[in-house]
Amino acid sequence: MMETNRLKGALEIVVRTDPGLVRAKNEDSVFADASHGLAILADGMGGYNAGEVASRMATTLLSSRLEAAFATTAAHETDRLTGQPFASRCLAEQIEAVNAAIYHAAEDDAKFVGMGTTLVAAVFCDDRVVVAHVGDSRLYRLRGEEFMAITHDHSFLQEQIDQGLMSAEEARYSLNRNLVTRAVGVDDKVEPEIHVYSVRAGDVYLLCSDGLYDMVDEAEIQQALETFGANLELSATQLIQMANDHGGDDNISVVVVKVLREFPVAGGGLSKLWSWLN
Amino acid sequence: MAKLILSMDGLVLKEIPLRKEHMSIGRKAHNDIQIDNMAISGEHAAVVTILNDSFLEDLNSTNGTLVNGQPIKKHFLKDGDVIEFGKYKMKYLVEAVASGETSEYDKSTQFRSEPLQVVYGDRDAMTASAPQGSATAPTLPGAAIQLLSGSNAGHQLQLTKTLTTLGRRGQVAVIARRPQGYFLTHVEGSDFPLLNGQVVDAQARRLENHDVIEIAGVKMEFFLKR
Repeated sequence: MMETNRLKGALEIVVRTDPGLVRAKNEDSVFADASHGLAILADGMGGYNAGEVASRMATTLLSSRLEAAFATTAAHETDRLTGQPFASRCLAEQIEAVNAAIYHAAEDDAKFVGMGTTLVAAVFCDDRVVVAHVGDSRLYRLRGEEFMAITHDHSFLQEQIDQGLMSAEEARYSLNRNLVTRAVGVDDKVEPEIHVYSVRAGDVYLLCSDGLYDMVDEAEIQQALETFGANLELSATQLIQMANDHGGDDNISVVVVKVLREFPVAGGGLSKLWSWLN
Repeated sequence: MAKLILSMDGLVLKEIPLRKEHMSIGRKAHNDIQIDNMAISGEHAAVVTILNDSFLEDLNSTNGTLVNGQPIKKHFLKDGDVIEFGKYKMKYLVEAVASGETSEYDKSTQFRSEPLQVVYGDRDAMTASAPQGSATAPTLPGAAIQLLSGSNAGHQLQLTKTLTTLGRRGQVAVIARRPQGYFLTHVEGSDFPLLNGQVVDAQARRLENHDVIEIAGVKMEFFLKR
């Protein structure tokens, strides 16, 4: 592609992962590339080091596959079939491929039987973010004073809440809170949930594993992001620290993305009109 | 924990927590609280603390001891009592420092250059009799910031939240409340905050009782409430 990188200087991203205070291993894996507008987080599961392998495969395979695909077709380009940005379809296809790779690796090696991973991936393009997730790793958004989870957990617990069987408050103390209903690599099929959201300058996005939100109240997470808004390194450090100060029961990973300015596709209005006419 | 606030002419000189069961006050160096002034007897008085109760006893000093203006021999201390030895005053406080008590801190720094010596006695003995620190203290003591300069001098800011922002827009530092204590970190701005005159960067620094923080020209004192 001849066009200059629209994302240059638009995003600031900090990644951090920590084993926590209880687990001997870190089965989380993170990836981010601000110049390609990519942020990925995976929380692996399985015996031996299978969890590490699954989450590592998910982040490395997905990131390289997405970057290769976007080199040919821009992430923001409107897909003829769906009317959605190409990134939506691309995420679905590539997560499918990553799922197959992990699933087959587990079949081939007895050590890796049953391994799998959660996944949350964000692709930033043309003032939008395309979000895919599988399992209970989350994407939060801080916009002004509003802080909310954009993803909806694929977990046993969330299903109970959705069905009105359990309140969110009761869920905090549930013993089943780590059971996910969807994961990458555990079956020959995977069902990622994918949505597109508009992005504004000043937004802060947080990808995180359950090691963060199980230990730290959302109000405290929000406060950390607001307080350290000018210094993402410190906000990431603070988030990990808070989870550890509350016990650090699980691996803790965060990817903090700050939108420094808008990143519309070249020509602004004209190209939007063009894509609308098409 | 109760404490004594030593002052002279309205200027706060020292805050002395009553950590030991027996604390002696006098001019000589062996005292737990030494006040190096000729009007003070070598062994002037003593404060005995049993659980939450403190008693003050004058040890037949030459110039006597007053509490709330009255000479005493033995006195059961109550919150807010003012003890006087010559020109020196000591306020007995059960809880936190009252607002305004240390608001004239700035002037007291000038005062400190005079040959006045206020020292603790045997620090090791004090800590041994009253173990402190994160290993033995299950809960973090409360803490606050008191502004020492600027238009809001004397105001207190309670550090009850996990994170408390100090400074103004473009010039910000944060105090994080953690189980291990309170930590100061520089967040943004080209001027870095000073902690007891030393520059603090993004590396978090643990705050100790009575540390003086300066941000954007405003001085403030950190103190723990025991």
